[in-house]
Amino acid sequence: MSPSAPAPARKGMIIDRDGLQSLLDRLSARGFDVIGPTVRDGAIIYDRISSVDVMPEGWTDDQDAARYRLARRSDMALFGYAVGPHSWRRFLQPPEERLWQATRQQVGLTIHTTAVPSAPYAFIGVRACELRAISIQDRVFLEGPHPDRRYAERRRGAFIVAVNCTEAGGTCFCASMGSGPRAADGFDLALTELIDANGHRFLLEVGTDAGAASVEDLPSRDADAGALVAAEEATARAAAGMRRKMATAGLKELLQANPEHPHWSEVAERCLACANCTLVCPTCFCSTVADYTDLRGHEADRVRRWDSCFAADFSSIHGGPVRASRRARYRQWMSHKLAHWIDQFDISGCVGCGRCITWCPVGIDITVEAAAIRAAPPRPAAGEGDDDGNA
Amino acid sequence: MIPALPPDTMMPEPWRVRSVVRESADVYTLGLESLSSPVPPFLPGQFNMLYAFGVGEVPISLSGDAADVSGFVHTIRAVGAVSTALSQAQPDSVLGLRGPFGCGWPLTEASGHDILIVAGGLGLAPLRPVIYHLLAHSEHFGRITILHGSRSPAEILFRSELAMWQTRPDVSVAITVDHADPTWHGHVGVVPALVERAVFDPPGTIAFVCGPEVMMRFSAAALLAAGVGANRIHVSMERNMKCAIGLCGHCQFGADFVCRDGPVLPYDRIAKRLAVPEL
Ligand SMILES: Cc1cc2nc3c(=O)[nH]c(=O)nc-3n(C[C@H](O)[C@H](O)[C@H](O)COP(=O)(O)OP(=O)(O)OC[C@H]3O[C@@H](n4cnc5c(N)ncnc54)[C@H](O)[C@@H]3O)c2cc1C
Ligand code: SF4
Ligand code: SF4
Ligand code: FES
Repeated sequence: MSPSAPAPARKGMIIDRDGLQSLLDRLSARGFDVIGPTVRDGAIIYDRISSVDVMPEGWTDDQDAARYRLARRSDMALFGYAVGPHSWRRFLQPPEERLWQATRQQVGLTIHTTAVPSAPYAFIGVRACELRAISIQDRVFLEGPHPDRRYAERRRGAFIVAVNCTEAGGTCFCASMGSGPRAADGFDLALTELIDANGHRFLLEVGTDAGAASVEDLPSRDADAGALVAAEEATARAAAGMRRKMATAGLKELLQANPEHPHWSEVAERCLACANCTLVCPTCFCSTVADYTDLRGHEADRVRRWDSCFAADFSSIHGGPVRASRRARYRQWMSHKLAHWIDQFDISGCVGCGRCITWCPVGIDITVEAAAIRAAPPRPAAGEGDDDGNA
Repeated sequence: MIPALPPDTMMPEPWRVRSVVRESADVYTLGLESLSSPVPPFLPGQFNMLYAFGVGEVPISLSGDAADVSGFVHTIRAVGAVSTALSQAQPDSVLGLRGPFGCGWPLTEASGHDILIVAGGLGLAPLRPVIYHLLAHSEHFGRITILHGSRSPAEILFRSELAMWQTRPDVSVAITVDHADPTWHGHVGVVPALVERAVFDPPGTIAFVCGPEVMMRFSAAALLAAGVGANRIHVSMERNMKCAIGLCGHCQFGADFVCRDGPVLPYDRIAKRLAVPEL
């Protein structure tokens, strides 16, 4: 789905497990690299899938701060879990990629680019919060003055099959962030999994022309009113079942006015600066580069890989890091996510997916930390000069 | 639809070193010429990403004359792996270059004003293109005052040029050193002290400040105390930079990407942030 294509009016159809398999088959036959959920090492992750059989059928996840466990469901749902440690970001902005290679010549130097793999991606099972995260990364990588060519290449061919959440995960708060649990736009196809007296089936909605073309002649039947209502109720249930909330009103101003709030030191006492939160976050975009040469010193590679504002040398300039303390690094991460992001990209950097809460080894919870700063805002110190507010 | 693919701004182009001048013990000025594309125009205050083969890539300001379209000039202090490799480049060797990037000094806004240049150490390098511009278009500007501080007399940057500029009737130059030696008979002390002594007309002045962050903070405080408005003070910020195009996140300073929204930023916009340690 391309970022700005309008979503035509919805029409629903019903497919079953076999229908989903036919969809996967069609997408691979059309040359897509089909990526979807599967179980590995005790977690639901995203990887290449060729068959519904490798999907997490009958699994769910039990999530809370610093807790993630897979558990068996009483039914055979294919999408009966929330989000795991992976996000689609790892495909659109890979954890590591070679940007270019330089060769030393008799006189001088030639620099040649490394191609981006040519098969476009089809993503199966993209949650509403993840659609929002992709649209946020689109703003970061495509809509600034210097778009990222490699991201653009991977993004423009991508086909997106969304799935509406019918149960909230233990750490989810997408309803607070306005990003879920129902996929509003940004997909080619959207599924809602229904398991009730009428059987196990998927309500399939079409978001784009490409989506419509992909389901032409797919074994299906028209959605009856009952299925549409059941889907609506299921997503409403997910919204109502969310245990966490983030109060977003005035949050940007609050954080930007409070860089010296004592709570930053309190969080720093617990934070290990392990960077887990940034590595699982679907909107984090920071990267670094590294250079390598072959043994003869004739060829040099430049590699780009994910980086984290929690890393010790992230802010290093000659003479040492700007943000030496954990207090400063946590403050940077959270203030960027929830405040500066809005100045930079006109949208919050948090979609409420809860990953940072689940995967933080000490259970630091962004919703709780934001609430703590709101609960006791010391009066902002008067600074010199008239800032634009983002101190 | 994502239309045509954008150019790959992470790809450097090969540039040949055509001259190397040793400025002081660890500072070198490289003249570079393009081996592929025509030389792009630049604004005083902008920087390039310079790549030393196999070692790495770092941000380095343009220090030459923007009116010279035959190539680029960079002045580099060898402080670590990449800057040392760059400063050891031999004539005819080839470096990688991307740029120019960032916002320059606000020369249009400065027109009609007296200009105060406050440069600490190597901070004079990104200000030299401004000085060239001011001198070439002196009819558009009032008095030009250049305040430069360096650690020792031997480290005074562009010393013969400073002496030459000083001979112009519309320019005054003051130099201070942190540590004098027996040859030095001038000011001893930090740059902000020069601001206190300088004779200029604060309400009609625009100040351009570049140097280490503490030096910029104290210079800005001295300028404010002298009566220069916070919106008339511009500083060039330094942060870690890996991409220079707003994509890698390293250079963030509050909501600003220093590479893209800076490096030159108006003091009134960042004063509060500068006062917060480790931001
Ligand atoms: C906008 C801008 C303009 C600059 N202009 C000049 C100039 O004209 N002349 C000059 O000599 N220096 C300039 N610098 C500083 C120069 O970029 C650093 O000295 C250089 O990056 C040091 O790299 P290194 O590998 O030699 O040192 P190391 O200390 O070994 O570097 C280690 C790491 O820290 C990063 N790093 C270290 N110091 C800095 C720094 N000061 N700024 C950004 N990243 C840093 C490097 O990228 C590297 O990843 C400028 C910096 C910025 C941000
Ligand atoms: S900050 Fe946490 S909850 Fe918000 S998008 Fe990132 S990982 Fe999800
Ligand atoms: S907040 Fe948690 S996950 Fe993030 S760096 Fe600190 S300890 Fe690691
Ligand atoms: S240097 Fe990469 S965002 Fe500024």
